[in-house]
Amino acid sequence: MAISIKVNGVRHSVDVDGDTPLLWVLRDALGLTGTKFGCGIAQCGACTVFLNGKPLRSCAFPIAALGDGEVTTIEGVNGRTARAVQRAWTARDVPQCGYCQSGQVMSAIALLSEVRRPTDRDIDLAMNGNICRCAAYVRIRAAIKDAARTLEG
Amino acid sequence: MARHDTRLTRRDALKGVAGLVLGFYLPGDAAKAQSGAARIFTPDAGAAAFAPNAFVRIGADDRVTVLIKHIEFGQGPFTGLATLVAEELDADWSKVRAEHAPSNPDLYKNLAFGMQGTGGSTAIANSYEQMRKAGATARAMLVEAAAQAWRVPAGEITVERGVLRHARTGRTGRFGQFAQAASHVPVPDNVPLKDAARFRLIGREGAVRRLDSASKANGTAQFTIDIREPDMLTVVVARPSRFGGKVVSFEAGDARAVRGVVDVKEVPSGVAVYAEGMWPALKGRERLRVTWDEAGAEKRSTDEIIEAYRELARKPGTVAGQHGDAEAALARGGRVIEAEYVFPYLAHAPMEPLDGFLHWDGQRALARLGSQLQTGDHQAIAGVLGLSPEQVRLETMLAGGSFGRRAQPTMELAVELAQVAKAIGPGRPVKLVWTREDDIRGGYYRPLFVHRLRGALRDGKIVAWANTAVGQTFLKGSPFEAMIKDGIDPLMVEGARELSYDIADFRCDVHTADVGVPTLWWRSVGHTHTGYAVECFVDELLQAAGQDPVAGRLAMMGKAPRHAGVLRAVADLARWSGPGPFNDRARGVAVVESFGSFIAQIAEVSAGGPEGPRVHRVWCAVDCGVAVNPDVIRAQMEGGIGFGLGHALFAEVELDEGRPVQGNFDTYRSLRIHEMPQVEVAIVRSAETPTGVGEPGVPPIAPAVANAMARLGLPRPRRLPMLRGLAS
Repeated sequence: MAISIKVNGVRHSVDVDGDTPLLWVLRDALGLTGTKFGCGIAQCGACTVFLNGKPLRSCAFPIAALGDGEVTTIEGVNGRTARAVQRAWTARDVPQCGYCQSGQVMSAIALLSEVRRPTDRDIDLAMNGNICRCAAYVRIRAAIKDAARTLEG
Repeated sequence: MARHDTRLTRRDALKGVAGLVLGFYLPGDAAKAQSGAARIFTPDAGAAAFAPNAFVRIGADDRVTVLIKHIEFGQGPFTGLATLVAEELDADWSKVRAEHAPSNPDLYKNLAFGMQGTGGSTAIANSYEQMRKAGATARAMLVEAAAQAWRVPAGEITVERGVLRHARTGRTGRFGQFAQAASHVPVPDNVPLKDAARFRLIGREGAVRRLDSASKANGTAQFTIDIREPDMLTVVVARPSRFGGKVVSFEAGDARAVRGVVDVKEVPSGVAVYAEGMWPALKGRERLRVTWDEAGAEKRSTDEIIEAYRELARKPGTVAGQHGDAEAALARGGRVIEAEYVFPYLAHAPMEPLDGFLHWDGQRALARLGSQLQTGDHQAIAGVLGLSPEQVRLETMLAGGSFGRRAQPTMELAVELAQVAKAIGPGRPVKLVWTREDDIRGGYYRPLFVHRLRGALRDGKIVAWANTAVGQTFLKGSPFEAMIKDGIDPLMVEGARELSYDIADFRCDVHTADVGVPTLWWRSVGHTHTGYAVECFVDELLQAAGQDPVAGRLAMMGKAPRHAGVLRAVADLARWSGPGPFNDRARGVAVVESFGSFIAQIAEVSAGGPEGPRVHRVWCAVDCGVAVNPDVIRAQMEGGIGFGLGHALFAEVELDEGRPVQGNFDTYRSLRIHEMPQVEVAIVRSAETPTGVGEPGVPPIAPAVANAMARLGLPRPRRLPMLRGLAS
């Protein structure tokens, strides 16, 4: 069935079954492959996108439930917070294999959009749904703090 | 050498690592090589590009592209090998980029293996001279081109950050300006390499940043799973629930009825569902009804396998290492201590599940995947499709982790990829994708092991040590079988068959069990279990002898100066003043050499709660010879610690009547950010030839944590993962 969805500010009509997870609509129908598949059961966070600005695990979210919600993917993030996070990620050389990093970056942007000066506990709570099998966690934490300082300055 | 020059001139042999002859670029093979390298290299400069050898391309736009023969899956070879080239080339790092080299063993073999592939933490070690030579040769040719253009002696030209300069005449030029001219300069022989004192990039803090960070932080990095081509079908395969099961028959009517499912075919590994996208493929697979023949399948549970191993561990095995007479020394008495350690099957679970792309048109094939053993995968694909290797092009993609999973002696992923392409016939590009459950239940695990250790203490000294290991070999029956010597698979006992400690009477023996569960190397291979068994047991003996874990080890390290060096360095870094406990925290130590690198770690641990021990801080000292990229080394130590800790705390794949129990990250627990300790890394200065860092950070952390737990009065976990050990 044809479903209308708004992604990164652009409206698309996609012809998929309503039970199709948002992840596969993004990747297979729209070609937005920055959002990754890691587990399919909302356990690893590699598929994190924003729905109306809030983080969502797109692998376990059926497209039919989207309604009028606006989706933002790693391809569509912009603004001061996103830039600060991505710069901090690069400056710290956070990524190793990099496969989980779209999701990590999305979760970090969401955190810093809510909490300007996150504590370690804030970081733990916001980021512990994102698995990094390379365990680049030391640098993820440091980069979030770097980005927070940039945003304050 | 110009790319169109077809003259065959073998370069003077250079000695690479492991005494193998370094096969430098053969211009006579250029036609073959260009099929891959030149096609990948698509510079704005086009024909003006300078391609002095198989590894270096310089465009008129000054861009230096380094072709990387090792797969990049996070461990850093893009940056590392490019650093080696850029150092000798005196390149401007901001103009350097890296790409995977095509599959071509003549040009791109791992000098430690003799075939193209990555593993054993060899990327930097085997490339150190080869890539520097490639950079130095390119530099000499650029200098010669400038000397001819400026009519000055080449010896008077200096190069700095991509700029050639002749001081006396005040002339300067960029690499790009001389790229075309340099391609007509004869390739010089034996260009001298820099003295280490002149390094500007190698070993210099902050001199280079990783080449792949930006694209991985903004989602543009391309992995195999991201490949999209016209008419491409996504393929998932239904496989048996037990290892060794076979398809008897299947009913695919309901699967075919799913919108988007295009076809269903039997393949040797199971039943393949072809669809226009991942979701219909998965829905189709769910609706398959497959009858399996599991008569020949492994049906034991892990508890039964462990019991069988325990029994074997009480009998002497094949001797893998001995000096003196351990049995006689143990029988002489003193204080004899015995311990048995049990290690579970572990999945690698790289973040990107296994996947591959293949386009076969009947005459030729293009394969694109995160191949860790390119030569084997290339040949396997050609074999299944009935093509010659020359008719197959294999391109290596960035891979979302591997930890050993993508290096398959059986080439099972490449074989399955070719089989699903063959089953649907030529002309339909396929992308084969495994789900997380396919991955964790798919075998090729770190083998389950039991180690039984006995040691004797007399006069406060460890005087005897006997270790019997029981596990599986994955080399037998593989192309790597020649590594098995005198009936012993060295990967089963590496780190246990000889110790860095002086112990008068020593024996290590091994039983090789026959179990129908496919197993594989897993980040740091045998050291994943031998490091734990040895470092826990030596610590237990030292504790019983009333000795300090650091001083006690150092006293036995007379013949192991580099082990002692990292142990002293980590003790300094942590300001060691004994194991504690201090308030509610204690410190544990472990030292493990693997793949020629020496790592010591100290973990600071508190008892925690039902969630298991809490690891607060880890100090790590590493001696990997010349430290090419210090920050990549630190990253690999941090990551290795997190990877090792997560598995030690939480991870196992159990079998219930042969069926893997865990299937996804809800049950195969991975370390999460709130469980990651603070990490401090010291890199020991060394002029030794560089060795690897991808794996060696892993082995010490688990025993360091266990040894700290013992000082807190908790049992040293005898069975991993620790959380299970604590609960039982």
